[in-house]
Amino acid sequence: MSEPYRLPDERGHFGPYGGRFVAETLIEPLDELAQAWSRLRDDPQFRAELDRDLAHYVGRPSPLYLAERWSEQVGGARLWLKREDLNHTGAHKVNNTVGQALLAQRMGKTRIIAETGAGQHGVATATVAARLGLECVVYMGAEDVRRQAINVYRMRLLGAEVVPVESGSKTLKDALNEAMRDWVTHVDDTFYIIGTVAGPHPYPEMVREFQAVIGREARAQMLEQAGRLPDALVACVGGGSNAIGLFHPFLGDEDVAMYGVEGGGEGLASGRHAAPLCAGRPGVLHGNRTYLMEDEDGQIIPTHSISAGLDYPGVGPEHAWLKDSGRVEYVAVTDDEALAAFHELTRCEGIMPALESSHALAYARQLAQRLGKGTDVLVNLSGRGDKDIHTVAALEGIRV
Amino acid sequence: MSRIQTRFRALREAGRSALVPYVTAGDPDPDFTVPLMHRMVAAGADLIELGVPFSDPMADGPVIQAACERALAHRVNLRQVLAMVARFREDDPDTPVVLMGYLNPVEVMGYETFAQEAARAGVDGVLTVDLPLEEGEDLWAALDAHGLDPIFLLAPTTDDERARRVAARARGFLYYVSLKGVTGAAHLDLAAVRERIQDLRRLTDLPLGVGFGIRGAEDAAHVAAFADAAVVGSALVRRIEEHLGHRDAALAAIEDLLRAMRHAMDARTQESGP
Repeated sequence: MSEPYRLPDERGHFGPYGGRFVAETLIEPLDELAQAWSRLRDDPQFRAELDRDLAHYVGRPSPLYLAERWSEQVGGARLWLKREDLNHTGAHKVNNTVGQALLAQRMGKTRIIAETGAGQHGVATATVAARLGLECVVYMGAEDVRRQAINVYRMRLLGAEVVPVESGSKTLKDALNEAMRDWVTHVDDTFYIIGTVAGPHPYPEMVREFQAVIGREARAQMLEQAGRLPDALVACVGGGSNAIGLFHPFLGDEDVAMYGVEGGGEGLASGRHAAPLCAGRPGVLHGNRTYLMEDEDGQIIPTHSISAGLDYPGVGPEHAWLKDSGRVEYVAVTDDEALAAFHELTRCEGIMPALESSHALAYARQLAQRLGKGTDVLVNLSGRGDKDIHTVAALEGIRV
Repeated sequence: MSRIQTRFRALREAGRSALVPYVTAGDPDPDFTVPLMHRMVAAGADLIELGVPFSDPMADGPVIQAACERALAHRVNLRQVLAMVARFREDDPDTPVVLMGYLNPVEVMGYETFAQEAARAGVDGVLTVDLPLEEGEDLWAALDAHGLDPIFLLAPTTDDERARRVAARARGFLYYVSLKGVTGAAHLDLAAVRERIQDLRRLTDLPLGVGFGIRGAEDAAHVAAFADAAVVGSALVRRIEEHLGHRDAALAAIEDLLRAMRHAMDARTQESGP
């Protein structure tokens, strides 16, 4: 398989993006992590252990499913779903936490920390920590703790300590700040499992490599099941790990178009959204240079999306690069459009998608109609929607 | 010679260590900061670190996070902070001022514009917490061009080889972070800090300041015995927090703490140093 580029460079740069923008105390631990990662990434024993966990613990490979009835209803391209919702813990997040936890174990770290927004990455982290017998602390914005009570309880059942973060906007970005503060305080025994392809080098590259299993499988499955590559890939983008995971193994396939779908909230014009690639500009936050939602003074501004997993003011630096290079097109879908797609897929395929993934579905629907019959669109169904039942019910005025 | 270099040279000749207070600009409101700066100088401050408020202060503990939030509630931005320094300069041509903050507000203003306007306002040094050695050359070149000193942190995790490279790029002084943690943390191990400062003396001739975790006069006096500067931040900002709505009481509390520190520091003669 051809690789169109070899990014990031040795210091984690994707063109002008990425890098390592952290306080001095974290430079040495990041070097230690980068060294461990470069030593183990091609180590046959580490790979074998990871592959075994992905097969028997996560349940990979995840199926590639042709949604025939939905395709017919949409009336255009054939729509294929990469079923990351069928993974253990119900989303793609676990691909990464399994990998980083193995790395933590090899590095002799005994304590795991993580940040979480909706709680999916927190649950996936608490899950692998429980399995490996590692102490686990998850930082979560106080506002999200309130909104996502079930996932908080899930993490606690798994033995994790969930720490509500009361600073700033009390959401995902503040949880990330607090996890960084914990790490700087406990660098000797603690491994920070970042949940997306953002943060200081080597995280964006490392998380991409753990998630690229999605795209490698999907590419092979597509060739096997359809006898051809898809015309387009569609994935939602919050931090962007499921999207990078799907896109990356296809980057050398020039005829495969790629679309990253951001949380458009109440519409880009409203200002209430979570679409830094569509409506933000480059800046520096959380250890990397990337597109951000910021005000004219360079302060990070609150975001809005119906989907907690997309509700983040930054995005992985490789997406920033892929946007500027034109290889991937980034678009936004509103809360209402995502919600309609959630209902449509649930009712016509019996698959309840996460609200994050529903953004990708909503755009795939438009794209399928545009591309028309005889084409193939592959959508990353990054997570299942059980966690969103309360949100959806509340929007419809139903108490469950 | 820059104002910072002049100040440290004079202190060294007098056998004294610098008392360096940190406050967040615009906390609790924009009118408080300039009078506070003058008051701190009157109480014995040798150099002032002025924090530029940021929405996501990743390296700061809860006290300075709250200070940033209070300042941002008044929408205090980098230009206003520079204006505060310019006003301070009208009445104090000598006390060096170092801006301390995060990179993003500087990125938005643009490195060249920032360096030019900071120099014009009378800023002397710039410390961007989240800009390590490997990423900052463009900004430091702009600072160089306008006669501003790039100030760097050294951490307990910084090894000798790296410390040497950082020292080679720094000017003015080096700021040793006395603990693994965020600003205002509690577990200061003075013996370990002293040992590290003595090691660092062999790597650089730059003055060495110590901060993060210095709370009272006793800590400051201990630090002054082996370092060229004691930086105190969260302990001062906490005085602001404790006296919200009572500016005179806040000013008096900060002055009291600084005077006590100054007194305790001067009671000790500096033991080491060139």
